[in-house]
Amino acid sequence: MTGHDDLPVAARARRLEERLIAAGLTSDDEMDEFLTRLYTKASPVNGARMVARAWTDPRYRDLLLSDGDAAAKDMGFGDLSYALRIVPNTETTHNVIVCTLCSCYPVSLLGPSPGWYKSFAYRSRTVREPRTVLAEFGLELPGEVEITVWDSTSEARYMVLPVRPAGTEALGADELTALVTRNGLIGTALV
Amino acid sequence: MSYEAGARVRVKAGDPDHHTRVPRYVRGHTGVIVAAIDQWPLPDDSARGIDPPREETCYAVRFSAADLWGSGDHAVTVDLWESYLDRA
Repeated sequence: MTGHDDLPVAARARRLEERLIAAGLTSDDEMDEFLTRLYTKASPVNGARMVARAWTDPRYRDLLLSDGDAAAKDMGFGDLSYALRIVPNTETTHNVIVCTLCSCYPVSLLGPSPGWYKSFAYRSRTVREPRTVLAEFGLELPGEVEITVWDSTSEARYMVLPVRPAGTEALGADELTALVTRNGLIGTALV
Repeated sequence: MSYEAGARVRVKAGDPDHHTRVPRYVRGHTGVIVAAIDQWPLPDDSARGIDPPREETCYAVRFSAADLWGSGDHAVTVDLWESYLDRA
C-alpha cells in the first residue's frame, strides 16, 4: 500500500514547507506544534456531543443555532478559529456540506476530514446533483425532502444538526452522542 | 451598503485576474440573501498583499439549482463578500 508520504502532493507540500522555513516564516517545530494542537483534540465526538445536548436541551439548541461559537465554548471546546454555523435538518429539509474551492470544514468538531470530502468528485458533484451523490452514500431521500447544499467559501464553517431518531427518548447523553456519526454531521447520512 | 435577509442579489459576472472566493458556477446568477454572517477582510485583497485589505460583510446567499444548472430541485447556499454582489 502506498503511504501518504509517497504521494506527489506530499512532496509538493514538503517543498512548500521548505520554502516557508527558508523565508523565516515558520519552522518545523512550529508546524509540528500547530498540527499536534489541531489534531489531538479534533474529533467528531465533539460535534456529536453538541448535537446530543441540543436534542435534549431546547435552550442549548437555541444557542447552537444562533451562535455556534458560543455553543462550542459552552461545551468546553474553547475559542474556535472560525464562525460556526449550524444548519438543522427537519423531516422535510435536508442539509449537506461541501467546500467546492478546497476542503473547508470544522476540523475541531468533526475531526480530520475524510478523503472523499476532499475529492474532486464530491466537491463538484454535490452542488450539481446532491440527491444522486447522497444515494451513493446509501442515503435515499424521499422526493418531498428539500435539499440545501452549503458551499463553505468563507471563514464560516458549517455543521449539520441531524434529526433526533425516533425511539431514543430514554437514552442518556452518552448514548445519544454515540448515535451521531461524522457523516451525519456532514449530511451524507442520517442519524 | 448592506443587504437585508430576503434581498435579491446578482453575483458579479467577471473573471478577475487575481484570487477570489467567488465560485465560477454562481457568477452572473441571482440569489437571495439568507443572512449576514460576519465582517471579514476581503480575500481578493489579502491574497494580493493589499494592506490593509477591505473589510466587508459576508453573506450566505441562496441559489436555486434550476437557475444555476437548468435542472435540479435543490438549493445551493454560497458565502459571498459584499463587493461580489449587486442588488438585483
